[in-house]
Amino acid sequence: MDATQIAEAVRGLARQIADRARAAGAADSLAIVGIRRGGVHLAARLRAELTGLLGAEPPVGTLDIALYRDDTPARGAAPVVGPTDIRFPVQGKTILLVDDVLYTGRTVRAALDELVDFGRPRRVWLAVLVDRGGRELPIAADFAAARLEVADGQDVQVRLREEGAAVDAVVVTGRKP
Amino acid sequence: MIGRQRHCIALEDFSRDELELVLDLAVSMKEVLRRPIKKVPSLRGKSVVNLFFEASTRTRSSFEIAAKILSADALNWTSASSSVSKGETLIDTARNLEAMRPDVLVIRHSASGAPRLVADHVGCAVVSAGDGAHEHPSQGLLDCFTVRERLGTLEGKTLAIVGDVSHSRVARSDLHGFTKLGARVRMCGPPTMMPAGLAQLGCTVHTDLREAVEGADAVVMLRIQHERIGDPLIPNTREYSRLWGLNSKKAAEWLKPGALVLHPGPINRGVELSPEVADGPFSVILDQVQNGVAVRMAILYLLAGGDPAEARA
Repeated sequence: MDATQIAEAVRGLARQIADRARAAGAADSLAIVGIRRGGVHLAARLRAELTGLLGAEPPVGTLDIALYRDDTPARGAAPVVGPTDIRFPVQGKTILLVDDVLYTGRTVRAALDELVDFGRPRRVWLAVLVDRGGRELPIAADFAAARLEVADGQDVQVRLREEGAAVDAVVVTGRKP
Repeated sequence: MIGRQRHCIALEDFSRDELELVLDLAVSMKEVLRRPIKKVPSLRGKSVVNLFFEASTRTRSSFEIAAKILSADALNWTSASSSVSKGETLIDTARNLEAMRPDVLVIRHSASGAPRLVADHVGCAVVSAGDGAHEHPSQGLLDCFTVRERLGTLEGKTLAIVGDVSHSRVARSDLHGFTKLGARVRMCGPPTMMPAGLAQLGCTVHTDLREAVEGADAVVMLRIQHERIGDPLIPNTREYSRLWGLNSKKAAEWLKPGALVLHPGPINRGVELSPEVADGPFSVILDQVQNGVAVRMAILYLLAGGDPAEARA
């Protein structure tokens, strides 16, 4: 995906989310939580779009799931832990969880565990830019801009300007099996 | 692992990057302390043994809370009710505890070097919670964290450490931590409480309190140890307080606005600190206590969060 397609994809996601939020009566209680790192920037972009569509600015927060990973003992060194920043009450909210790529589902599981430690949301929706398949847990995205068939051993990278990329891009890297 | 460190025994061993690794992680750990549910599962299934050969409430509780917030099992072990009273050696005690498969041993001991000795004989990670007059690395790290949190950086700042420097493990850890993070350090105390060769550790040495604290960005007031009063180091607490204690008048006249006053606790009110200063606007003493939990969470997470065997490979 190139920059134009990513921009259109974000607008498309926002429209779907706004429609769903209105239908569910959740337009006023919507809050956005980006999963570090890529999801944080997409959350900010979605928030800008949703503010226009819903006429109100949803609160936005950040989750870092490092302390909730299920694979720490298998790693050589403890994973890097970044800040989690949720400054609004989660209780009763419709939370839009945002990540760049959905793969095994383990990150989302960890994010859900962490999120409920802040309170009990009314519901949680998951929005991703790319669903690449390869799930290891029964987790599905409510909103996905693109669904790609990507082999094991290949990597889907979402490169965003906020992370220092010259232009936005989604690229598949790594050897093909 | 904390960078190259398998243990946390002395800040003298730490590089600047390793210090900053702990301090940066402690920022995220402190956020956990503000949550409605102060518990994360990252060390689930791990165990931390607090092995205290000296009395301590604050440090032991801080390590225990840190371990429990990370979901580790914490076991407190004190020498008074143990086989040490039956003549067991330190190494035998540590080896017996290690046979119960803890992931981290946190040790406080009155003998300098005891945690290092234990680390040489066990396979798990060892954290010093203070050894003799050597070091108290987690206190040093939490002091670095507290100053950095309030002042943004230690780089280029002037920090004073005041009191019984020669017997203080906190002073030694603070000195290593502060200087490695780029601060200028002034050490101050009665001449009888200043060890020889101190200036070779990269600090300036003072016996006049005003000279040490005037213009400083932060002042660490060490605990005067009542148990030593009566030995020939100082005549009495009253004279100590007059010459090296910080009261509200001296603080108002000598400290610059925004300066921080730290104290490792427990405070001897009216000796090294007057109650007005201990509870006043300069004081960050309660911040230190909270930051201690965050810093100890970071230490435990880094040392127990990975597989040491794999990390060494």
